[in-house]
Amino acid sequence: MITFAETIGKRTLTAINRMGRMAIFLAGTIASLPFPPYQGRRIVKQVHFIGVRSLFVIVLTAMFTGMVLGLQGYHTLREVGSEGLLGSVVALSLIRELGPVLSALMVTGRAGSALTAEIGIMRIGEQIDSLESMGIDPVKFIVVPRLCAAILSVPLLTAIFDVVGILGGYLVGVKLLGVNAGVFFGGMEANVEWSDIANGFVKSVVFGLIIAWVCTFKGYFTGRGAEGVSQSTTSAVVLSSVMILVGDYFLTSVLL
Amino acid sequence: MSVQSWVCEPCAIDKLPVGDGKPAIRLVDLEKTLDGKKVLDGVNLDIPPKRITAILGLSGAGKSVMLKHMIGLIRPERGQVLVDGVDISRLSRKELYHARQRFGMLFQGGALFDSLTVYENVAFPLQEKTKLGEGEIRERVLSRLAQVGLEEARGKYPDELSGGMKRRVAFARAMVTDPEIILFDEPTTGLDPIIRNSVLNLICHSYHQHGFTMVMVSHDIPDIFQWCHYVVVLHGGKVVEAGPTAEVVVSVNPFVQQLIRGDITGAVHLM
Repeated sequence: MITFAETIGKRTLTAINRMGRMAIFLAGTIASLPFPPYQGRRIVKQVHFIGVRSLFVIVLTAMFTGMVLGLQGYHTLREVGSEGLLGSVVALSLIRELGPVLSALMVTGRAGSALTAEIGIMRIGEQIDSLESMGIDPVKFIVVPRLCAAILSVPLLTAIFDVVGILGGYLVGVKLLGVNAGVFFGGMEANVEWSDIANGFVKSVVFGLIIAWVCTFKGYFTGRGAEGVSQSTTSAVVLSSVMILVGDYFLTSVLL
Repeated sequence: MSVQSWVCEPCAIDKLPVGDGKPAIRLVDLEKTLDGKKVLDGVNLDIPPKRITAILGLSGAGKSVMLKHMIGLIRPERGQVLVDGVDISRLSRKELYHARQRFGMLFQGGALFDSLTVYENVAFPLQEKTKLGEGEIRERVLSRLAQVGLEEARGKYPDELSGGMKRRVAFARAMVTDPEIILFDEPTTGLDPIIRNSVLNLICHSYHQHGFTMVMVSHDIPDIFQWCHYVVVLHGGKVVEAGPTAEVVVSVNPFVQQLIRGDITGAVHLM
């Protein structure tokens, strides 16, 4: 019984310790933002890596998400004779929830894992120590550009996801199932408010922060060797995804 | 047939200039525990200025940990790391970054940045830490690359280089800021004898050209005795022998003798 309690206590302390380290890591990164050297060129490079190179997967998933929403929404709404609301259902689902969440999950899978692996390899290859030995702050050099790039990229990708998703819903609802185009867009215009868009934007910014924070932290403090990097990469993807979904619930509660 | 031991003729120890005697780095009662194991246990050591000092010991003896303490990459639990009288283990991050401008360091695998070319790797510390213009940086980088014989490889990426070339690029990068002290973490490990000798030759010639204080973790026994001035032997987290090479070679310490001879039995039983 005592051993069991000890184990629980030890694990709890380890978890608290890890959370504390993560919080300190984030606070240190944010605190270094206002001070030079500014990493403009590196931020642009990371926007390209996190944003531009995620475009294909974002467009693809957005199109099919919108199409599924159009198909499911149409059949559900037809049962209650409200096919005219299809445009609003598709748009609100995407703008409020699916756009920010799915974009963030896609970015986590495509770019977040790569960030962790890249930084992890830098750690085990002593490149981070090498930066330190030159008197260069590795957090400023490695973490800050990725954090800024993720905060910039994820909202932009979310906006693209929303637009492409609505297009997918339109193609299925209007072109395939015969909902009137005017009704589809009219309902959307009537029911979607700026606050919905703002909520989606806030979520996507927070999710961008979560992805960069978790993935850079896991890479920066990776374990030893190739196994350590692979474990960090897996745990970065899992933790980011969980934090995005949990964060989504709390953000929705606050923003609604 | 045996592999020829390497001696850098122009660098025979007795021909080298004499330092001023004041230590470049002083370790005082240094203690460090990693993963529950005491890696450094009350280490006291003076690193002489403008000299080549070799740190020897078994694998896992704490040589690299000691080297990393010297540049503040690891902070001790107890003790001091004095560089010109300043305890760098107590400095703030900003002060430490400033203090590190006096150092260059060559890591075991080179630690080159994979996404940068050879030229960019060597230029990197100058671009990040100095206000030099592009022309001056270019001149300095090309001169250092010429010194290590890699001017032609300046457009290549690290994954296109051999192990020896990577070490030479890393050495050029360590030297490019004209530091006073250069630390080497096993600069020749894993290299074939010819490449190893070329790296050692390069280090020795650079020492003569620039008069750096050099500290080197090495396993190149007995070759290392031919060309370093001072030898430090670490065992069990403690310095068991330290002094001029000629004195350490004739040490009566059984571990030192076992290490020099490479015996598998003796003070330490490995089998």
